[in-house]
Amino acid sequence: MQSTIAISNLQVQAGSQPILTDINLEIPVNRITVLLGPSGCGKTTLLRCMNRLNDLDKGLKVSGRILIDGEDIYADGVYVPGVRQKMGLLSQRPWPLPMSIAHNIAYGLKLKGERDKRQITHKVEEHLRQVGLWDEVRHRLGAPATSLSIGQQQRLCLARGLAVQPSIILADEPTSALDPTSSKIIENLFRQLKQQYTIILVTHILRQAKRLADHVVFMSDGRIIEQGPPDQLFTNPQSPQLRDYLVDGN
Amino acid sequence: MRLRSIYTDRIASRLMVIMLIAILCMPLVIAAGLFYKASPLLSSSSLWELIAGSAWAPTRGVFGFRPFIAGSLYVTLFAFLFASPVCLLAALYLTQFARARLVKILHPVIDILAGLPSVIYGVWGILVVVPLISFLAEDWFGVQTTGYSILAGGVVLAVMCIPYMLNMLIEVFRTVPAGLKEAALSVGATHWETVKHIVIRKSLPGIFSAFGLSIAKAFGETIAVMMVVGNSIGFSLNPLQPGYPLPALIANNYGEMLSIPMYDAALMFAALLLLVIILVINLVFRFIIYRTQLR
Amino acid sequence: MKKRKLLEERFFRYLTGAAAWSLMAILLLIIGVIFYRGFNALTPDMILRLPKGGFYYGGEGGVLNAIVGSLYIAGGATLLAILAGFPAALFINVHLIRFTRTRNFIRYLLDALWGIPSIVYGAFGFTLMLLMGMQASLLAGIITVALLIIPIMVRTFDEVLSTIPRGLPEAAFALGSTNTQTAFRVIFRQGMPGFITAVLLSFGRGIGDAASVLFTAGYTDRIPVNLDEPAATLPLAIFFQLGSPIPEVRDRAFASAIILTVIILIISIISRAIGHKFK
Repeated sequence: MQSTIAISNLQVQAGSQPILTDINLEIPVNRITVLLGPSGCGKTTLLRCMNRLNDLDKGLKVSGRILIDGEDIYADGVYVPGVRQKMGLLSQRPWPLPMSIAHNIAYGLKLKGERDKRQITHKVEEHLRQVGLWDEVRHRLGAPATSLSIGQQQRLCLARGLAVQPSIILADEPTSALDPTSSKIIENLFRQLKQQYTIILVTHILRQAKRLADHVVFMSDGRIIEQGPPDQLFTNPQSPQLRDYLVDGN
Repeated sequence: MRLRSIYTDRIASRLMVIMLIAILCMPLVIAAGLFYKASPLLSSSSLWELIAGSAWAPTRGVFGFRPFIAGSLYVTLFAFLFASPVCLLAALYLTQFARARLVKILHPVIDILAGLPSVIYGVWGILVVVPLISFLAEDWFGVQTTGYSILAGGVVLAVMCIPYMLNMLIEVFRTVPAGLKEAALSVGATHWETVKHIVIRKSLPGIFSAFGLSIAKAFGETIAVMMVVGNSIGFSLNPLQPGYPLPALIANNYGEMLSIPMYDAALMFAALLLLVIILVINLVFRFIIYRTQLR
Repeated sequence: MKKRKLLEERFFRYLTGAAAWSLMAILLLIIGVIFYRGFNALTPDMILRLPKGGFYYGGEGGVLNAIVGSLYIAGGATLLAILAGFPAALFINVHLIRFTRTRNFIRYLLDALWGIPSIVYGAFGFTLMLLMGMQASLLAGIITVALLIIPIMVRTFDEVLSTIPRGLPEAAFALGSTNTQTAFRVIFRQGMPGFITAVLLSFGRGIGDAASVLFTAGYTDRIPVNLDEPAATLPLAIFFQLGSPIPEVRDRAFASAIILTVIILIISIISRAIGHKFK
């Protein structure tokens, strides 16, 4: 089953300071949507709104609606962990949980209530294979996850997210802490994964956006300035902001 | 001019090194001084006799420290049992659940309380804890007691340790990176599950050290405990009975120690014992903190 | 499943909250109880007068001797501790700035030193005093308390110094100043408010400590004029008066406890205000 994300009239404020204004967005299914823009434009905040991670920032006020599968995730009585399990998150640097490699993958499954040991072992292997990590770690599944290289850690985090069976992947500059080789692996994974997943990628690297995007959303100062297919946006920008950005960014 | 400034630099630098080395050597000097005063006792009876012996008759020159060591351990144990669970929960609340504004208000309060002199805690113990224990012991168990007891010592000590322990635990929980918590939340953990599985696990060495250092502090605390613990020799497992911890022994008898031979040596030995025990605990747990900070 | 998790979540939120609030309540209760019990006995006489004959049997007078004695001892000890502690802290942060391992090791030792209980310092001070042929006196008290607060002083100074941006001393080195010039000109100016807080913190510790002065400072009803005279201290005044069976004297102990608490509160508020002003 594929999830749809539709955002309408989203506003986010920190005190009286607006962070996001008038966000209206439909995320295309099974595509890579890139949120692009200069740093501080609110793209990360937008991403964190989608799985309600910004609940942790207690000063933020959110209004408007984010519909995932037609259900408003900001409505009263929503079970937030359930919402979050619909998406895997990849952040700017990998955060392996303080447990073994296998337990990192199994953690989300156990939270979901999976108790069957055989099923869990099976899933651990499946998702480690999915991110191409299985052959590298099959002999040390019990080792602490922090013993992996940073690129491997990021793939582990991806596998951990995928293990809870989401249909969306949220990625917040996932390659910014990685070396070029590891970055390339992650990018290639994204290309494969978009067959089954809807991917939302935040990046400030223009080339990465060009390489990966199926749909580009350009943001500046907390607003969506332009959005559309990459060919159209990158070759024929309409707004002065994007034009400037394309010049500086190259 | 140039020459002069180089010259003052030399002298000043040398002075600074000397000061630093002197300060760092302080525990050794203290230990040596106490050992020197305690040596007559150590030459007349063996270390084992002193630590394990339970007879205490200064006038006959018999010194067995077992009841005092046991008293110290017992009071400290109670203090730890009372303080640690509450502090752990409170520190979790203040770092994980409470609003930042609240923590901003409460933090100075904790700091001020950590700075209150121990005599004040002792006064509070006499005013509140001792009568309360006396009352409850009679009401619930029908036991007649003055309230001056091991239990009272434990309660007062626990309260004294709370600001100290709480501050350290808050510091420990604060160092858990937000990204780690977000990682757990994003795979569907509830807030509490994140705390339970990630924050606590990640902080284990820190929690362990905070507990250890608090125990060391409690073990050496003198005045407040001495005011409520009853100070009678003879160890009993009943916490409603009075006890006599090591620091109280030293503080209580300094007046007469010079009039009885060997008594001063015995008290200085007690101080040495206290110093060694606490310094070792401190060095071990600080080392754990130091190691985890490096990682 | 969901319901159980939400229930657990709520349960622990309330449990931890209850723990935090009850701790605060207990801790504030301490100050409250002492103020409540001591307030009636807290007369101007208590603060302004020396104990008169029969004071310890309920006679007239106050604890001015102990207040002044405590201030003398804490003040003298703080001065000594600054003299010893400041150069040491400077050395750690100027000369050793490139030797991270040594620096960390020294900090580790200082932290461990901080944990030594005051009764041990008291016993050591007593030994030292006998060794030097001194009597229990103001000077002996000052030295003992100074030993007690030196680790605190060094470590808090060090904490202040280490927050000064690294670029500053390096810029000064680059301009050709020697280590000492760097130390005094650049760092000292930057760290001033921090030093004042550190000094006040140590001063507060010095005033409140009882176990270290028990052996060394003695006790007297007069205000000492010479370093070799004994001096009364506030914590001990509280302690001794509490030992009395006479209710009036015990009430005065509670009043003295208020005085001590207020002194500590004032010190802590001043240091907090200074800390805020310069932040």
